[in-house]
Amino acid sequence: MTTTARTVPAALQCLRGSARRIGALSRAEALLLRRNPMALLTALGTPIVGVALLNALPPSGSVPLPGAGIAVTLTAFALLFPLYYNLVTTLVARREELVLKRLRSSECSDAEILIGAGAPAMTIAWGQATVGVVAATTVLGMALPVNPVLVIVAVLLGTVVFVLLAAVSTAVTRTVEMAQLSTLPVVVVSMVLGGLFPPDMLPGPLPWVAELLPLTQVVDLMWLGLTGTTRDSPGDGESLSGIVAAFLVLGAWVVAGVLARRRLMRWEPRK
Amino acid sequence: MLGRMDATGVIDVAGLHRHYCGGGRGFEAVRGVSFSVRRGELFALLGTNGAGKTSLLEVVEGLAPATSGTVRVLGRDPHSERRAVRPRVGIVLQDSGFPPELTVMEMARMWAGTLTAPRPVGETLDMVDLGHRARVGVHQLSGGERRRLDLALALLGRPDVLFLDEPTSGLDPAARQGVWRLLRDLLDGGATILLSTHHMDEAESLADRLAIMHRGRVVRTGTPAEIVSGQAARISFGWPPGVVPPLPVLPGGVTVEPARGGVVLRTRDLQLTVAALLEWANHHDLRLHHFTARPASLQETFLALAESGGDHHDEEWVR
Repeated sequence: MTTTARTVPAALQCLRGSARRIGALSRAEALLLRRNPMALLTALGTPIVGVALLNALPPSGSVPLPGAGIAVTLTAFALLFPLYYNLVTTLVARREELVLKRLRSSECSDAEILIGAGAPAMTIAWGQATVGVVAATTVLGMALPVNPVLVIVAVLLGTVVFVLLAAVSTAVTRTVEMAQLSTLPVVVVSMVLGGLFPPDMLPGPLPWVAELLPLTQVVDLMWLGLTGTTRDSPGDGESLSGIVAAFLVLGAWVVAGVLARRRLMRWEPRK
Repeated sequence: MLGRMDATGVIDVAGLHRHYCGGGRGFEAVRGVSFSVRRGELFALLGTNGAGKTSLLEVVEGLAPATSGTVRVLGRDPHSERRAVRPRVGIVLQDSGFPPELTVMEMARMWAGTLTAPRPVGETLDMVDLGHRARVGVHQLSGGERRRLDLALALLGRPDVLFLDEPTSGLDPAARQGVWRLLRDLLDGGATILLSTHHMDEAESLADRLAIMHRGRVVRTGTPAEIVSGQAARISFGWPPGVVPPLPVLPGGVTVEPARGGVVLRTRDLQLTVAALLEWANHHDLRLHHFTARPASLQETFLALAESGGDHHDEEWVR
């Protein structure tokens, strides 16, 4: 009993300390983002431009609810650009400025440094996802989300995967400018296969490959959470197995991401 | 100075090796280093560039694991128990940066936000004489000011132990003196400091004990006086014109080396040798040009070690 009584406040204190350190890092990072108009414009503007462009494409016929489609597409773009791409450039910039090296000599853990550096990017991405859902329900005639918890969990899991992917991508990104090139594989594969285009538009074995990608699963989970159906409109039984499969795929990406980050990410420039 | 110290080992390093992978067989930067730093003590690591000081410090700071051997800081492993050790230590890395778009105050506030029990930010900036630069962008600071900001951040957490990797590099003499005063105050306040430097005067002026490193090993360790005591003092002068009688046998275990236009003598007993030498010169009515006599210094000892290190195997270095 005594042990439990003592452990709980200790754990709480630990969490509070963690939150304080992440808060300090993210406030500084937000200040830096505000002082970098180009990065801010990329982070805020890309998803909107992306949605506008995709919306201009002829409809595929299999998207029954345009409101939900736009909310999901905006979220997917938000995970790719404000979050993934922006975080790669941020981490590389801080690494090359020797700031990451300094932070590693602080009380912050590696995870706190990553979350602190990524917090403004996450906030923008979540803000855009929220705007997408609110706009879909209020303006585009989508009904209220049937399972909002599923939507939130999908976005959170997607966030974890893309933060880890960003950390891993810094290993092949020597300079901030190189990020435009080094992020292309993740961005292009995610955009083409990862759920922005309905699977029935993909040829050959690609729909099967697409199912293994994290963005596809985030998109599918969001569809289920927002509308109660997937893009292929299956029944409820299939929805449950779909949810389990999505969690398994995303879980595998998280584990792989954590391992790869530990092995590949460098905290200081190559000498 | 010894009054402020006690026998508690705050930093204990035993048989430490650090090996870097890559580049064929890899490279062993630290090769079996052991030392211990007591509470309230300033221990200096001296060494030429590439001697392994920073590689050693990074392990003691907990930034990298040891390849083999043990490190304890305040009784804990600084790498695996980083969370417990870090709140009690302050670190100035050899090179680490600041986001250039932040001001001095913003940077210090950010750092304070990551600390368990920070000092007031303004007070800390004043300690390193940067209070008047608080609103200036970090990118506008001079090299010396950046170094002082490094030090301010290391002091923000009220550390019991400070690791300082060349903390006064890039500082002008006045600023360096200021940092020395600050470090002495911290030592008087009970802090323990492990510092690396290649300024001999810094080690001589600040260190209670020091270790000289060469090629990954500690080749001398002790108080500055102990280290210097094994070293000969140096006398030099130029020969006067004309025929000069040969030097007599001088007391003090003197060795004689010819130098350009003169001679360099090394002696274990400076006073005795100088007295006998000047008596000989006076007796023959000789004026010795540019006559200088100076006791053994850390600088001399270090240079002697560095020179012999270039010619000898490492094993011959270790006393």
